[in-house]
Amino acid sequence: MSASTAPSHPRVGPDRPQGSAGSARRAADWARRAPLLPALLFTIVVTQLPFVATIVISFMNWNSYYPQDRGFGGVDNYVSVFTNAQLRQAVVNTVVLTVTVVLVSLVLGMLIALLLDRKFAGRGAVRTMMIAPFLVVPIAAALLWKHALFNPNYGLFNGTINAVWKLFGSDSAPQVDWLSTAPKIAIEVSLIWQWTPFMMLILLAGLQSKPADAEEAARMDGATSFQIFRYLTFPHLRQYLELGGLLGAIYIVQNFDAVFTITAGGLGTANLPYTIYQTVFSAHDYGLASAMGVVVVIATIIIATFALRVVSSMFKQEVGR
Amino acid sequence: MAGRHGIHLPTTLPGSTSRVSRRAALGGAAGLGGAAFLSSCSGAGGGGTAGGGGGGGDDKTVNVIMVNNPQMVDLQKLTKDNFTKDTGITVNYTVLPENDVRDKISQEFSSQAGQYDVASISNYEVPFYSKNGWLAPLDDFISGDSGFNQSDIIKPLATALTGEDGKVYAEPFYGESSFLMYRKDVFESKGLTMPDKPTWAEVAAFAAQLDGAMPNMKGIALRGLPGWGQVFAPLTTVVNTFGGTWFDEDWTAKVNAPEFVEATKFYVDLVRAHGENGAPQAGFTECLNGMTQSQVAMWYDATSAAGSLDAEGSPVAGKVGYVAAPVDQTESSGWLYTWAWGVQKASKRQDNAWKFISWASSQKYEELVGAQVGWASVPAGKRNSTYENADYQKAAAPFYKETQTAINAANPANPGVQPRPAPGIQFVAIPEFADLGTQVSQFVSSAIAGQTSVEDALNQGQELATKLVSDKYKK
Repeated sequence: MSASTAPSHPRVGPDRPQGSAGSARRAADWARRAPLLPALLFTIVVTQLPFVATIVISFMNWNSYYPQDRGFGGVDNYVSVFTNAQLRQAVVNTVVLTVTVVLVSLVLGMLIALLLDRKFAGRGAVRTMMIAPFLVVPIAAALLWKHALFNPNYGLFNGTINAVWKLFGSDSAPQVDWLSTAPKIAIEVSLIWQWTPFMMLILLAGLQSKPADAEEAARMDGATSFQIFRYLTFPHLRQYLELGGLLGAIYIVQNFDAVFTITAGGLGTANLPYTIYQTVFSAHDYGLASAMGVVVVIATIIIATFALRVVSSMFKQEVGR
Repeated sequence: MAGRHGIHLPTTLPGSTSRVSRRAALGGAAGLGGAAFLSSCSGAGGGGTAGGGGGGGDDKTVNVIMVNNPQMVDLQKLTKDNFTKDTGITVNYTVLPENDVRDKISQEFSSQAGQYDVASISNYEVPFYSKNGWLAPLDDFISGDSGFNQSDIIKPLATALTGEDGKVYAEPFYGESSFLMYRKDVFESKGLTMPDKPTWAEVAAFAAQLDGAMPNMKGIALRGLPGWGQVFAPLTTVVNTFGGTWFDEDWTAKVNAPEFVEATKFYVDLVRAHGENGAPQAGFTECLNGMTQSQVAMWYDATSAAGSLDAEGSPVAGKVGYVAAPVDQTESSGWLYTWAWGVQKASKRQDNAWKFISWASSQKYEELVGAQVGWASVPAGKRNSTYENADYQKAAAPFYKETQTAINAANPANPGVQPRPAPGIQFVAIPEFADLGTQVSQFVSSAIAGQTSVEDALNQGQELATKLVSDKYKK
């Protein structure tokens, strides 16, 4: 603090040094902190400024086709976000998509993790293979589902139906147009295929940190496998389930590739990220798109707060062990 | 933890890092961060001279931003050894996919930052870009460049790239219209004859007869994928010829007017009854696949598709016939689209920009591509001379005449039966159309999937058109 402005009533402010010992300690503290300041500044610039810019733009009327009309618009954009029927539909779609994919992936992931937790020959190879779908680039996975599997002419699903019908000597197998009859489910299935391995990974890690002696003791006491799962394994897995669910939710809320590639947002599948993309790339309305982005970020922060809480509770338990 | 070894999982075991190592890690991160921050500072400190295609103002460069279509990629490859060698001008290219490039160009031109001298724009943008004063008029350059031969440019394209003030604002790189493609062999086996100028009623009748002409074959492929440039490109031409329009002359929306509904119903019913499977997700690429794989007998789409159908190695090469776009009440209904070069008004290097355009859009450049890449890859559809070139005629024998006829028949200023407030055949050349067309296309796609009725879809479209356009333009 500079002392160039002399206060009219000299009094001891809270920021005045309280004697030489304190100041020496403070100097030492700052000497230790000083090298970290550039890093802190860098972190703030890299992580916080873009969002600040987004917030500022979200209060502006800014359409790139009308540069002369750029100006402050107050809460207009936010009013549009909450009154636009299409956006409401996008919010509903996003929630439905996220909840469905997370829950189904968790259930499937848990079942697979329980199977992989047993000892059998080639377990490592199976586990590696199970992880593969999660490593496929999202856009490639979406293309694979759209063309190789769902396509009504040359897709694997209809080809399989054909082959089965041929076995029974029929040439007129029903050829379902999967994407048109169930567009939402089609997208969800492709995402579940990608996210089940992720959930399996987390739950498997949870299972492998489970103390084996408790289970042995339960077996000695005559507990059935189901009882062991119900009263030992599942409670132990709970926090891993929460963690997987929340991490998955954060990512799937932002999913864009599947919606963009498989249906191009048609047939009522447009979710929030896709709608934001459209607002930027077809309407060129940066203000409205930023407002949507801010709303999504706030919602994600709320979810992420829960996630962090879960993780920190796990840390506490690990430390307490 | 016996039996838990040999796990190849990236499991993060909480609490596994000791306090010491954690602090060390933090210190390391801080050091890295500091270093990165310093270097980013020095990078940013460079200011205008850094990256972005050399913003400097020397007179031996030109900055071009363009879409990443194959013809442009060829152009990029041929620049150094031809254009730069002859003129000494270095071209800095920025190449992006279509959506990104549109966004970037609209930002750049609306702010008149002058970073790019030349941009690949289309006849969709030219009308309102020129009205906004974002483009430099090219007339003086054209009259001072005898080798360019502006009169060789196909007329409807030249008109579409001319502003309301009668000045030329862009030069085409390649152009396309739309026409009807059909399998000659299948028509023959069914004893059908395709007229030179079919009507939509005839096409619908053919489609009904051609279902199942070959195993798993459907009558006709038509796009159904949402997007203003996907389903609404062919559909808007159908609307035009059925007597409908997006807007009448005073900007009143006509999306749920009887003609628009009738045209959309016709299109949706035709696709649902005799169209390709999976139509709601079928864009240009999917329809092209359907045609090459003998899954459809007819296809109404861009003239540029013919090059792929008759390419070497295509299973249907030589079996496809081409006739004019089907009509109902109008004389012709083919669309018009072109990727063209526009010069930013704020550019400090307009002379270099013109030299580049004059080379890239020239007849000589087409011959260069023909000799070095192949005549099938020539950026055609913009000059009449292309269609008189014997080499090109040989490479594009089955379809070059019909393509030239289709482009010449297009009339963006008057594509329907009523006067229009803005030019455009398969689009309305106003900034809002991309958003409006895309949003309404999603309703239409749902109608093709049978999830909503055409009436509901177009009533929603009417609301949107009124809200996004009429309310703004009628003031």
